[in-house]
Amino acid sequence: MGTLFPVAAVLAALVVGAVMLLLLGASPGEGFAAMIDGAFGGPRELADTVNKAVPLLLVGVGITIAFRANVINIGGEGQIVLGALTATALALALPDWPAVVLLPLGLAAGLVGGAVWGAVPGALKAYFGVNEILSTIMLNIVAVQGMNYLLRGPMIDPAEIESGSRIPQTMRLPPATDLPVLVPDTRLNLGAVIAVVAAVVVYVFLWRTTYGYRIRAVGLNPFASRYAGIDVKRSTVVALTLSGALCGLAGAILVFGSESHRMVTDGSTTGFTGSAGFNGIVAALFGGLHPIGTIPASFLFGALLVGANRLQRVTQVPSALVIALNGLVVVFVVSSAIWKRRLEQRAQLEAVQTGDQAAQTSLPGDVAPAAADPPGRDSGTDDG
Amino acid sequence: MGEFFTSAVLVSTVASGLRLSTSYLFAAVGETFGQRSGVLNLGVDGIMLLGAFGAYYTVLNGGGLWLGMVVAITVGLVMGLAMAFTSVTLQAEQGISGIGFYLFGLGLSDLLFQKLVGTPLPIRGFPELRIPFLADLPVVGEMLFSHSIVVYAAFLLVPVAAFVLNRTTLGLKIRSVGENPEAADTLGVSVAGVRYLTVMTGSALAGLGGAALATELGIFQQNLTAGQGFIAVALVYFGAWRPVGVMAGSLLYGLVASVVLQLKTLGIIPRSASELAAMLPAVLTILALVVAVQRERQPAALTKPYERGA
Repeated sequence: MGTLFPVAAVLAALVVGAVMLLLLGASPGEGFAAMIDGAFGGPRELADTVNKAVPLLLVGVGITIAFRANVINIGGEGQIVLGALTATALALALPDWPAVVLLPLGLAAGLVGGAVWGAVPGALKAYFGVNEILSTIMLNIVAVQGMNYLLRGPMIDPAEIESGSRIPQTMRLPPATDLPVLVPDTRLNLGAVIAVVAAVVVYVFLWRTTYGYRIRAVGLNPFASRYAGIDVKRSTVVALTLSGALCGLAGAILVFGSESHRMVTDGSTTGFTGSAGFNGIVAALFGGLHPIGTIPASFLFGALLVGANRLQRVTQVPSALVIALNGLVVVFVVSSAIWKRRLEQRAQLEAVQTGDQAAQTSLPGDVAPAAADPPGRDSGTDDG
Repeated sequence: MGEFFTSAVLVSTVASGLRLSTSYLFAAVGETFGQRSGVLNLGVDGIMLLGAFGAYYTVLNGGGLWLGMVVAITVGLVMGLAMAFTSVTLQAEQGISGIGFYLFGLGLSDLLFQKLVGTPLPIRGFPELRIPFLADLPVVGEMLFSHSIVVYAAFLLVPVAAFVLNRTTLGLKIRSVGENPEAADTLGVSVAGVRYLTVMTGSALAGLGGAALATELGIFQQNLTAGQGFIAVALVYFGAWRPVGVMAGSLLYGLVASVVLQLKTLGIIPRSASELAAMLPAVLTILALVVAVQRERQPAALTKPYERGA
């Protein structure tokens, strides 16, 4: 039942999109056909869709870890930038290393960069009580300014200085860091495999390991968790660190998988990330805050973003339409949570009426993280 | 460096700092109302963008500046109504729904701009309004009393907001709803009503902040605010939910931006170092939050939806 709400939210957003297309003097049928064609029309389109989905999936899965621990990570943008910067710096520092070493090392550098940028708000929240929403917003600003500084200064391509054009970009990274292309004649690269593997690993971590269980327990009820001997503060830090690490990995993949094989800034965060730090939240919510559910969800939102470019070409409706619709999906999904809670409450009340003890105790209370699914079936074997 | 400390440069730096604080001030004071009543509106940036576009487009088409401001406020009210509906009535998670409103505003303002305007044409903002007598004072006159009406309005808003919050029955209701909605409800205060009012007021001011930005800069472009609305949300924490504190934070951002701009123009700091300087307010805000959290307490019911009997 719970999975129906996100689908309804997307349908509602698409209806609004159709109305907007009409208002803008374009035919919704033609518009949606163009989007579908642009996203799925052929192998190249599909590859672009998958590539667009990769950062959304990584960010989305990262967001999921944070959410499960009841922390809101809206620092994805900054964490992506940090991961990209550390990966780029490492690649530039070791130009002669072979691909088998440099590529994994570069991706790991991205993970570390993002992890640091997630650990800081985690520690600030756990040990100083600073609201993570605010600290991640501020760290996004620090990250983007740091990127602008580095790409205009220390890390700029020397050729840009010689020619005087001074475009803020690094030199072309060593080819050893190019993500291998999986299907010839398309841009589909190894990033897609890495992202899906990451999603599965996170699923196993959250649902099949003690540590993951602790994180989810803290998200469901921090007080009970503390009573059960779980270090709540540490779990908060770990969750935000892992969340940041996955965003950082997305940043590394964005650079290593880019067409120009270098890091470029236009001065804004969105210019580099394409708002993946925010759109990843959309994908995670749509995926029911579940790592596996986020896989198809990111594919769908990747398709929307890629399809939007074709929409712009065919109907002259700017692709920004899709950003607005993504926003509506978020609003609709979180707003629909109330009906989900009502349904659960109703089920609970019915159970009370019929005296069904098992149903009463197995249903979640109000402590579930907002918009989250009911907790898994696994019982608290870790509590002892 | 000596160049910087000539009085003419200093005066113009402070003056432009005040101008640059204006948009933060409108948005952050507006957000203060919402947060005091227990609602975190994280969509401020999106609302600012829509307000900015609304005002810009109105002025561009000959509607005049005042109508532009009215349009921006109206846009803010509509967005505020939607925000209040999701946060208060539907009890949605505020940290996330705000991101949704942000993306909606970001996308829609860009969409409308590209479709309706296309190339960024400049508009003329409010003229400089020299306050009689005061503007003629040496140094201070140029710094404080030679601005457009938008700047004066933003700073006048601070004592007004402080008065409403601290000295009126409405302010008492707002604060009690933010601290203890159950008790306020028991005493016959409409929790939802108060929250709708504060969120819509805050959003209207966010729209106005966007309009102030667009008219002072005389331009609109994609993502014009560049995250100012998010900073405004943080400034409310920074200012410990008090309008005067919020003003101090807004001034910090405005003045740092203006100093950086000035140093860059004078060639005192290299272009590249200006990014490092631009990090400063963000780092300071984080430090201020660390300190503030130890000393100040946020409204007890902040981000918590209220449901009678729940």
